[in-house]
Amino acid sequence: MLREGLLCCALFAGLATAQGLPPAAKGKIDFARDVEPLLARRCFMCHGAQQQMSGLRLDSREGVLAGGKSGIDVKAGDSANSRLIHLVSGAEKKVMPPMGAHLTAAEVGILRAWIDQGVPYSAHTATHWSFQKVRRPAVPAVKNAAWVRNPIDAFIADRLEKENIAPSPEAGKLTLLRRVSLDLTGLPPTPEEIRDFLADTRPDAYERAVDRLLASPHYGEKWARWWLDLARYADSDGYEKDRARPWAWRYRQWVIEAFNRDLPFDQFTIQQLAGDLLPNRDPDMLVATGFNRNTLTNREGGTDPEQFRDEQVLDRAATLGTVWLGLTVGCAQCHNHKYDPILQKEFYQIAAFFNTQEEVNVMAPMPGELGPYLAARPEFERKRKELFDEYKVYDAEADWEAKLKEAATNPGHHDDWDFAYGEFTHNVDSAKKVLFRDPAQRSEVQRDQMMDYFLSACGNLYPKEHCEEVRVREVRTKLNELEARLPAVSYAPVLVESDTPPKTYVHIKGDWRDRGDEVQPGTPTVLPPLPAGPEPPRLRLARWLVSPENPLTARVAVNRLWQEVFGRGIVFTSGDFGTQGDRPTHPELLDWLASEYMQRGWSTKQMLRLMVTSATYRQSSHARPELEGKDPSNTLLARQSRLRLPAELIRDETLSAAGLLDLRVGGRSVRPPQPKGVAELSYGGSVKWVESTGADRYRRGMYILFQRTVPYPQLMNFDAPNSNLSCTRRERTDTPLQALNLLNDPVFFEAAQGLALRVMRESAGGFRNRLDYAFQVALGRPASDKEAARLGQYYDDTVRQLGSDDATVAALFPNKLEGVPEREAAAWVEVSRVLLNLDEFITRE
Amino acid sequence: MDIDQFRRIQSRRRFFRDCAGGIGTIALSQLLAKEGRAAAPVNPLAPKPPHFPAKAKNVIFLFMEGGPSQLDLFDPKPELEKWHGKPLPPEMTKGLRLAFTKPNAAVLASPRKFTPYGQSGIEFSDYIPHIGSCADDLCMVRSMFTDAFNHHPGQLMLFGGSIQVGRPTMGAWVLYGLGSESQNLPGFVVLSSGVGTSGGESNWSSGFLPSTYSGVVFRSSGDPVLYLSNPPGVTRDMQRAGLDALKDLNQEHYAETGDMEIASRIASYELAFRMQMHAPELLDFSRESPETLAMYGVNEEPTKQFATNCLLARRMVERGVRFVMLTHASWDDHTDLNRKLKKNCDIADRPTAALIKDLKQRGLLDETLVVWAGEFGRTPMVEIRNPRDANNAGRDHHPLAFSLFLAGGGIKGGTVIGRTDELCMNIVEDKVHVHDLQATMLHCLGLEHTRLTYRHLGRDFRLTDVAGNVVAKMLA
Repeated sequence: MLREGLLCCALFAGLATAQGLPPAAKGKIDFARDVEPLLARRCFMCHGAQQQMSGLRLDSREGVLAGGKSGIDVKAGDSANSRLIHLVSGAEKKVMPPMGAHLTAAEVGILRAWIDQGVPYSAHTATHWSFQKVRRPAVPAVKNAAWVRNPIDAFIADRLEKENIAPSPEAGKLTLLRRVSLDLTGLPPTPEEIRDFLADTRPDAYERAVDRLLASPHYGEKWARWWLDLARYADSDGYEKDRARPWAWRYRQWVIEAFNRDLPFDQFTIQQLAGDLLPNRDPDMLVATGFNRNTLTNREGGTDPEQFRDEQVLDRAATLGTVWLGLTVGCAQCHNHKYDPILQKEFYQIAAFFNTQEEVNVMAPMPGELGPYLAARPEFERKRKELFDEYKVYDAEADWEAKLKEAATNPGHHDDWDFAYGEFTHNVDSAKKVLFRDPAQRSEVQRDQMMDYFLSACGNLYPKEHCEEVRVREVRTKLNELEARLPAVSYAPVLVESDTPPKTYVHIKGDWRDRGDEVQPGTPTVLPPLPAGPEPPRLRLARWLVSPENPLTARVAVNRLWQEVFGRGIVFTSGDFGTQGDRPTHPELLDWLASEYMQRGWSTKQMLRLMVTSATYRQSSHARPELEGKDPSNTLLARQSRLRLPAELIRDETLSAAGLLDLRVGGRSVRPPQPKGVAELSYGGSVKWVESTGADRYRRGMYILFQRTVPYPQLMNFDAPNSNLSCTRRERTDTPLQALNLLNDPVFFEAAQGLALRVMRESAGGFRNRLDYAFQVALGRPASDKEAARLGQYYDDTVRQLGSDDATVAALFPNKLEGVPEREAAAWVEVSRVLLNLDEFITRE
Repeated sequence: MDIDQFRRIQSRRRFFRDCAGGIGTIALSQLLAKEGRAAAPVNPLAPKPPHFPAKAKNVIFLFMEGGPSQLDLFDPKPELEKWHGKPLPPEMTKGLRLAFTKPNAAVLASPRKFTPYGQSGIEFSDYIPHIGSCADDLCMVRSMFTDAFNHHPGQLMLFGGSIQVGRPTMGAWVLYGLGSESQNLPGFVVLSSGVGTSGGESNWSSGFLPSTYSGVVFRSSGDPVLYLSNPPGVTRDMQRAGLDALKDLNQEHYAETGDMEIASRIASYELAFRMQMHAPELLDFSRESPETLAMYGVNEEPTKQFATNCLLARRMVERGVRFVMLTHASWDDHTDLNRKLKKNCDIADRPTAALIKDLKQRGLLDETLVVWAGEFGRTPMVEIRNPRDANNAGRDHHPLAFSLFLAGGGIKGGTVIGRTDELCMNIVEDKVHVHDLQATMLHCLGLEHTRLTYRHLGRDFRLTDVAGNVVAKMLA
């Protein structure tokens, strides 16, 4: 890096110069990287925004050049005669900074070079690579033109040729099919698909397989999960109470469908951020706004709901930065961004787009739900009214509301009313607003929510005796019976504009209680301006993100697609395209891809097709020892990378090999078996993990209910994100807990039993035939002779050891099935466990 | 270190130390050497030298979740009697914002009797005589304060140094800084008793550090570590035979692909197997003397669970576990304070004292830092949820002044740090912020808190955020 270079130059050049000043650093100064951090660390405390000792201010170029009370301190282009250099180098009696260590010779050298080079200040930020408009570069001509399948390869080959490195050979057909099946659908190829692919000798057999996979409904599942990492999706609130979010899945459903119909990424963006504002919107576009309902909600008693509403708004602003702009705008919550050109004020301007939104749940029926529901609803309402009349519930509820209103307007008189009101504000959406709204004006959802909460929380306000008098419990039971008879209809958590929008203020030092200036919605000035127009600001923001002028969105989005299929982004720091992020390894390729994405109408399927049909993608992933010194992280892509599968796919692949996987697409979240004691670690043990039954136990990993405070262990063991904040890149760790999980978790043991059963039932002949079948199912390839020999020995040993130990045999293979010899089946369970634990099995080769 | 470096290390982790050295049917290291690929033995969990010579090697953090009442345990305030039933002077509560109680709520005196203990004469309440008997080993801090007045934010602050979710926690930072001394057990273990905590997993999460550094929950029933026991029918020998076959096939695949990750995977399976083998020994108390078991209260109620965890904590640090976090929930006594506090003290008092004494008699206290703390304290004012029941009185959360104690490696025993005003509303001497506690703990471990950093999203993060000072008065 240049910074190191600068330091070294300064150090090795020695300290002696004509004037006794340390020499200027060599090389071109990058203000943001080299100078600003130094000024921030050592100078701004006394000569910055807060304080200007001796009238000197160093936090702008004008300030630097204007000097202080004792005159000009910096002469641009002449560091040797700049007083500032004399002061910081100890050439004068007075030394700056007066406290702490003196600046090192290297640091003085940097300041000298900065002054000598004309005091560049901030201008750098406008020239930072990612803020430049995307320009479509010419596709380079390369020597190895025969290798090139599409322009991606030309860019990769161009760089490899400069380094004198040849690409790797294409991976074998079987490896390729398994790789692309896992990447596009998250599922391994079935034995039939393998057979068909091997039999297809047409030159475009691979492309045909790719097209089949892109058309599969499982494509939408795989890529929805990829997006849900960014959307910080979960099925519960987070924080202490971590209450369930029974309708969170409805947003997930939208994402799956959006990928399957290849909703262009610009529309995909606009609908999620501003679907509520679109002219002629359909209900589906409103469901899309669930993206920003995935923020955490704190319902801990005693907290101020406004504080955590505010936190949600700020998270929405920070997430916009991370997901679309690839900028850490959230760093500007407490102060101006230290490295990127984002002012604190600008962060709150982004927040202002979201601050006027309000959380509501709306009816969002799945196909087939609405008719029966509407038909049954009038009868339900009639019976419910009878019930409430009979028990005088309306009166009690009105009285309860009156007490809450009293506590809200006149607190401090009844401790129990105050407490009940506090709890109320945490448990009903827009609680205060709904409470003070005329019941006739409330929406159906709001009315139901108020009544439900009253019936569940009566005891918070009234003494128990009173609730018993009203016979609340009886009402609840009868109402449950009525509700159970009402045909189900789905709801969706969405965001709409509030009719009482609050103003947005800068939070001084990030503290929500400490209001600074009021701000209006706006975008950072370093980026192209937000066009004016008649549309509401948030809709304009969404359109601005995906406009061709925006230099970031297409680059950031395409880089993440790349990251998913190559294991590493062209910009490695896929969540940070700012000055502190990594530079792209192939800048022209990134720009070409970004422009291609826009040219192809933001079609994600087309972009993925382009990537996975490239020669680059199709290379072998075998290591190349001769490149290990030169390119240890495989940034040049002279080969593919072996990638450990994400948590969900390890589960899917295992259940698939076992023949247990439930392939239904979409729907509610499920609770597969997990050991006792996991959910019990929730706050006060409040989370109840009621195991799903039937096929629901075997659904894909992406449908496992994500309870934020006590997430499903297998997901966490394999680095699924905790979903508190947007996750732009998963880690791939390797821990002993993962080994224990795959070896011993009953879910995975059951899968080994399932695979053994398949081997016994679906294959015939001797050990080798059966083993090849098991390999085919699990790894998509036959066993090698060496593997067969080793596993044959293991199988024989196991059969021998099991001998006549009927109890062990029965424990390993409890199913009594006609025509299946139990001892052999039990030995196959053990062989299956080995196969399902292989590194190859949990890896995309 | 950043994530890219970490990944490079990951790909070589543990292999050379554990895999190549520990087991050797086929010497993978020879295979590597033949290819000229012998890399430096780096492993993210390998023991690392501290920044400067350390007093303490290990930490046992007894986390008393919910906020134990310092007024009824550690910080005697006879003056409360005079104010009992009256609101605090308004100047004392100006601008005060509490979770449930209004600033003008009446003062609640403590019915507890305080007694001085040991040479140092530190006073403790009649609910915790056993802890009192350790007075001369304890550093009592009566001037703690924090930034958050609700549980989850308070716990995020205590363990992650920020109320933001997603930060690495104290145990993860320590493991990242010092590595693990144990070959057979995780380096950061979590034990719990009582009910689940507000913070839950976020109290021992590795945050944005690699998950290698996150706390591993030891469970009180079922498998002590999730999925530690073999499936039904699988004996130890069968598991070993299966792992041998797995290893051979993985090595075969390594030979074909040349991917170092496979070597790492093999090593992880071997460590998993060693955990399976050694955990039963860790949990087996049969070789502990009857006196030891009785001292902790392992075989009786109500101490059983807490005592078992304390004894396990000692056995873990003996076996090289770097950071043991023991949680007990909940001390959140908004109501019925006297009864609930007594119940928790009856559970925690004796085992806590036994742990300190036991560590001391085995010479382990010098190298083990013990901390006993909640995320905040409780108010001098009363909280009344049920006005019809006078015995129902409790106290609200108090972030501005609370107490905790430390003992062991690097800590000066028999000392009291700080002083609160006569009503324990505010601190009047030697304020210690949670960040200062964190800085001091790291100091005891030989870690300079400003240098223990990790680069994430373009900047260096640390446990103490942008604050924290080592509290010299706490140090031996």
